Amino acid sequence: MMYFSRLKAAAILGVCLLGLLVSLPNVLPAPASWMPWRTVHLGLDLKGGSYLLMEVDMKAVIKERLDGLLDAVRQALRPGGIFYQTLEAQPDQDRILLRLRDPTKTDAAMAALAPLVQRDGPNNAPDMDIATSEPGTITLTLSQVALNARAAGAVQQSIEIVRRRIDETGVVDPQITRQGDSRIVVQLPGIEDPNRIKELLGKTAHMTFRLVDETASATPGVQPPPGVEFLPMQEGGGKIAVRKRVDVDGADLTDARAGTNGQTGEWVVNFKFNSNGSRRFADITRANVGHRFAVVLDDKVITAPVIREPITGGSGQISGSFTAASANDLAVLLRAGALPAPLTVVEERTIGPELGADSIRAGAISLLAGFLVVIAFMAFFYGLFGWFANLCLVVNLILMLALMSLLEATLTLPGMAGILLTLGMAVDANILINERIREEQRRGRPPLAALEHGFQRAYSTIFDSNAATFLSHVMLFVFGSGPVKGFAVTITIGIATSMFTAWMLTRLLVARWYVAVRPRLLPV
Amino acid sequence: MFIKPRMRLAPDNTNFKFMNGRFAGLIVSAILSTASVILFFTPGLNLGIDFSGGIVMEVRSEGPADFAKIRAALTEEHVPDQGVQRFGDDSTVLIRLPTQPTEAGTEIAVGKVRAALEKSITGVKIVRVDAVGASVSSELFRNGLYALGISLLMILAYIWFRFEWQFAVGAVVTLILDVTKAIGFLALTRIEFDLVMVAAILTILGYSTNDKVVVYDRVRENLRKYKTMPLRDLIDLSINETLNRTLGTSATVFLASLPLALFGGTSISGFAWVMLFGIVVGTSSSIFIAAPILLLLGEKRLRRDTVAIEAPEPGAARQP
Repeated sequence: MMYFSRLKAAAILGVCLLGLLVSLPNVLPAPASWMPWRTVHLGLDLKGGSYLLMEVDMKAVIKERLDGLLDAVRQALRPGGIFYQTLEAQPDQDRILLRLRDPTKTDAAMAALAPLVQRDGPNNAPDMDIATSEPGTITLTLSQVALNARAAGAVQQSIEIVRRRIDETGVVDPQITRQGDSRIVVQLPGIEDPNRIKELLGKTAHMTFRLVDETASATPGVQPPPGVEFLPMQEGGGKIAVRKRVDVDGADLTDARAGTNGQTGEWVVNFKFNSNGSRRFADITRANVGHRFAVVLDDKVITAPVIREPITGGSGQISGSFTAASANDLAVLLRAGALPAPLTVVEERTIGPELGADSIRAGAISLLAGFLVVIAFMAFFYGLFGWFANLCLVVNLILMLALMSLLEATLTLPGMAGILLTLGMAVDANILINERIREEQRRGRPPLAALEHGFQRAYSTIFDSNAATFLSHVMLFVFGSGPVKGFAVTITIGIATSMFTAWMLTRLLVARWYVAVRPRLLPV
Repeated sequence: MFIKPRMRLAPDNTNFKFMNGRFAGLIVSAILSTASVILFFTPGLNLGIDFSGGIVMEVRSEGPADFAKIRAALTEEHVPDQGVQRFGDDSTVLIRLPTQPTEAGTEIAVGKVRAALEKSITGVKIVRVDAVGASVSSELFRNGLYALGISLLMILAYIWFRFEWQFAVGAVVTLILDVTKAIGFLALTRIEFDLVMVAAILTILGYSTNDKVVVYDRVRENLRKYKTMPLRDLIDLSINETLNRTLGTSATVFLASLPLALFGGTSISGFAWVMLFGIVVGTSSSIFIAAPILLLLGEKRLRRDTVAIEAPEPGAARQP
């Protein structure tokens, strides 16, 4: 127990030195850019910044899927001459309801619809279930597995788009991660007013180019003719009748930039299509010279100019009483692409850098005060063995810092509280050891035997008591969120390092001291 | 100070008959916990926005804050507030807004308040915005309960595995009593109950477990050593033997947390006060609750069919 081979002693001191080395980057600037310079990250509550939890609107994802399916059903039934009474999406039940005009054609309809089922999910599961409850009534229900896969895809895609949009704003070091099934966490260090970013992320930015129906006039109370909808104008109110058919989709855009019109000087957005978009845009404009063409963004008409001549170059210009900022924002949105579904902010936490600095100061003062108090306590009540414990406490702090740097863990305000608590807990191991040694000595054991037994017996206690605490904090890490996670991280790391320092380092120190001094009585 | 210890927290060879007070301890604890449960329902916890949902904005102005102006600015924008209060010092104000009917409404309300304040009061700074939607807040609450429940189960399993079931049940019952008292303390002091408080309660749980395990560990050891000593005396002996450690550790953890309560700033001092309370409760419950429960559960069993012993340690064998 009290014997350390040279190798073992060197290994223990080596770990301590390595810890010191690894924790250095936290206090020193990087000497060269090629060196791995890992530091502890400050949480947003200390650094200042904005945390946004956004939810992907899964109902919209389902609805879009059902709308797509409606079209597919129509096209599948048309060739067979199967007519229907009703064909409607029921998003609440994830299904489409179809009532045939002629119930005897049920089997024919089922056969026509069968190819719509795709088996691309896991285990080749069908993505929907086509069933008939009574003759003439058919339901197409999306399977849960397929919906989940679709939802996962939508979140993944949203993260990508969100990242692109935020990158455009020049925020340094944004973190965008997925949380749960339908949520996205966006962390924006240094952002004091996240409104602009929330606005950017709050738009799906689905852009379409569609023809204006000039025969219908959008008067309130009038039902739009089939295939036409009345959409509000972005500027100046009023509605305009636009065909539902999408002629060119924003997904075909390759670039969009804000600029000014050379003649009028007003702000515009210049865009370019890919080859598919260019071709379709050329075809449409060629066939509809003299007609109006609407640019629709998220169900609002930005502008609806008259086509003067065919546009064949694959590029164009949107003008619509923009300001420099709004033109720029639109260009960003178009470049980044459309979100598959709307995003809503369900949680926002914004902390100004000033408040963060206050928290760092308060935390540092408490940490220092707590540290000094514990050191004084140990010295007073345990003398030399207390100083051994104190040395271990310092090493423990360094090791914690080192481990947190290696893991690039985030230090939050509760995390600082966690460090403080660990200080208290770390000396617990030393107290257990010291008390035990004292007890063994009082039972009449000679110093070496008292040390041997003291460490041996204390070890099982230290292990059991720390293991239980460790377990409960792992739970906190799993179920906690944000700052609380930071707290759990520091405590778990602290328990691990304190077990090392108490068990290895203290023992080594005491052993070396014993060999050097050979006391007749231990000063415990 | 440098070589010899100056003082002992408790004298060696104490011989307190803690188990004489076992019923008193259990009764006092039961009363306190019952009171806490009552406090939990009326007046209830002062739920922070993490769990109640809503918006909190911390606003800092140059010089003392002008409450009338802030209220007027809010009224002008038709943002009904749930309270504008001083926070920490004179220049800092906390504005609370209720949960908005829709998630999108939350964003709009935050924007409105921001604009209204920046327009009407010069030099005002919004240093913190916390907005939590209704769906998220209930989820956070559920996750907090999960963390608590699963922690308790893991502690139960761990102590059962390392000790005997009587120890595990004794520890977990005591922990539940500890947690209820901490919740009673929160309800009584009106300290805001938020996510950080869940962390505080779990830390108390961890600390208290730690403390119980140390006493139990000694009981386990003494059960092997003194085969014929009645359990009651054996538990008393174990507590007395570990008394210096128990007091020492509680004192250091208490002292380490004290600066946090005093200087930690408004947002973290609540956490520290709950911790301090928890340390006192956790330490005393090891002696007055966990040990008596062990005595009640184990009086017959632990003595008669002696605990399954691992290979006796070499040290124990040489005992006189």
